[in-house]
Amino acid sequence: MIETLLDSVRGIGRRTIDRIWRMGVAARFFMQILLHSGTGFRRFHLIIREIFSSGVLSLIIILVSGLFVGMVLGLQGYETLQTYGAEESLGVLVALSLVRELGPVVAALLFASRAGSAITAEIGLMKATEQIAAMEMMAVDPIARVVAPRFWGGVISMPLLAALFSAMGVLGGYLVGVVLIGVDEGAFWSQMQSAVDFKEDILNGVIKSVVFGVAITIIALFEGYDAPPTAEGVSRATTRTVVTSSLAILGLDFVLTAFMFRGV
Amino acid sequence: MSENLIEIRDLSFSYGQSLVLKDVNLTARRGQVIAIMGNSGCGKTTLLRLIGGALKPTSGSLKVDGVEMGALDQAGLYRLRRRMGMLFQFGALFTDISVFENVAFQLREHTDLPEAMIRDLVFMKLNAVGLRGAHAMMPSELSGGMARRVALARSIALDPMLILYDEPFAGLDPISLGVTGNLIRRLTDTLGITSIVVTHDVQESLKMVDYVYFVSEGVIVAQGTPDEIKASDLPYVHQFVHGEENGPVPFHYPAPEYALDLGLSA
Repeated sequence: MIETLLDSVRGIGRRTIDRIWRMGVAARFFMQILLHSGTGFRRFHLIIREIFSSGVLSLIIILVSGLFVGMVLGLQGYETLQTYGAEESLGVLVALSLVRELGPVVAALLFASRAGSAITAEIGLMKATEQIAAMEMMAVDPIARVVAPRFWGGVISMPLLAALFSAMGVLGGYLVGVVLIGVDEGAFWSQMQSAVDFKEDILNGVIKSVVFGVAITIIALFEGYDAPPTAEGVSRATTRTVVTSSLAILGLDFVLTAFMFRGV
Repeated sequence: MSENLIEIRDLSFSYGQSLVLKDVNLTARRGQVIAIMGNSGCGKTTLLRLIGGALKPTSGSLKVDGVEMGALDQAGLYRLRRRMGMLFQFGALFTDISVFENVAFQLREHTDLPEAMIRDLVFMKLNAVGLRGAHAMMPSELSGGMARRVALARSIALDPMLILYDEPFAGLDPISLGVTGNLIRRLTDTLGITSIVVTHDVQESLKMVDYVYFVSEGVIVAQGTPDEIKASDLPYVHQFVHGEENGPVPFHYPAPEYALDLGLSA
């Protein structure tokens, strides 16, 4: 009885130590990526390729989702604002929700499941088919050649995708609010223009999306690089990438928001 | 320049507690094809990884071209590896780039050669393995034997002094098997390479190698020229060469009494 109890306590301890250990390994992995980033920037076509595969190929899902989120904001926002007779502020509501929160967060969640999972699966499979080992045998450092370009590709793509998401969302809000429902067009745009602050709102949104981009790509790369080289290992790592990075996005979003918009 | 490219003296290696290789002695003269044979899990692939520098010996000495492998840092290891090639079990071609780019990979990474020269070199290497016509294909379009040959072309791209082969014959049809065997021999002779072949394909390898080492449970149990091996009356070698079911390597994995497991204890 006592033994089983002790065993479960030991189990918790061991798992905790394992988690912390893994975080340490991930931090060292991050440092290595930064140290080996020089090669990538000297041969920028490697990064361009990765921007294509994580950024450009994510465009469809980002643009379509952005449009729909904006349209829903238009509908819901109009319903609420109308009760206060403030439907002219619809443009402000749509733009601020998108630029501050929904743009970076939803785009990051989509990016994690579209591009993050692809990165993990690709690197995990490269490992399983000994491509990483082959590269090392050819005296080419896989961190510099494979991992670092993917990191920068993701970090560069993420804020651009978030910006496009917000732009599409504003368009969606306009279509529903102005074209469909008939909110005054002049008020929609001019109120938006005067209420959205470049530094307070837009820049902070961009900072958020950059932080999310770093978090997602690091998690995706680490999970792929650390995956056991089997079919099961790669599939588990892919799942972990999506789960961990989604949680990281939402957690980081709270922390960043707390710092950026303290009720000012 | 010493005559031996690889010299291994009293090498031992252990993963944590378990001893994988024990007191291994092995030499490979320049220009030879050496086979390392043994059943699965006997430690032969570990030996190959040690020679390639992917693992470090626990004790003993391992010299490649006069350089002690255990003492190298990463930069030194990478310098040495530029003069080594390795053929992985299933080729390990980079699946996201074409056959041409696979062979050009090291030339692009390690040299500043102009594009026209890279093109000529890649076509020469591909021609040597008979696949110049496949240069535009993607690795996913290749058969197993072709992938193995492209990987071979890739590993000779920088004219290495040593090529390590990890199970080059695994999963090949008889024609590809013969082609691959002949290629290994021909490339070794024409390019003055030394080849280390880890394999359990006895018949194919005995046709083309110069010297054979037999590994069993981490120990070298027999060695000799192919003729000596064929004539050997050591039980393990005999079982291996003739593919017999029972011998020193039993058919049954160690288990309790059969009757006991079936609940028929007396």
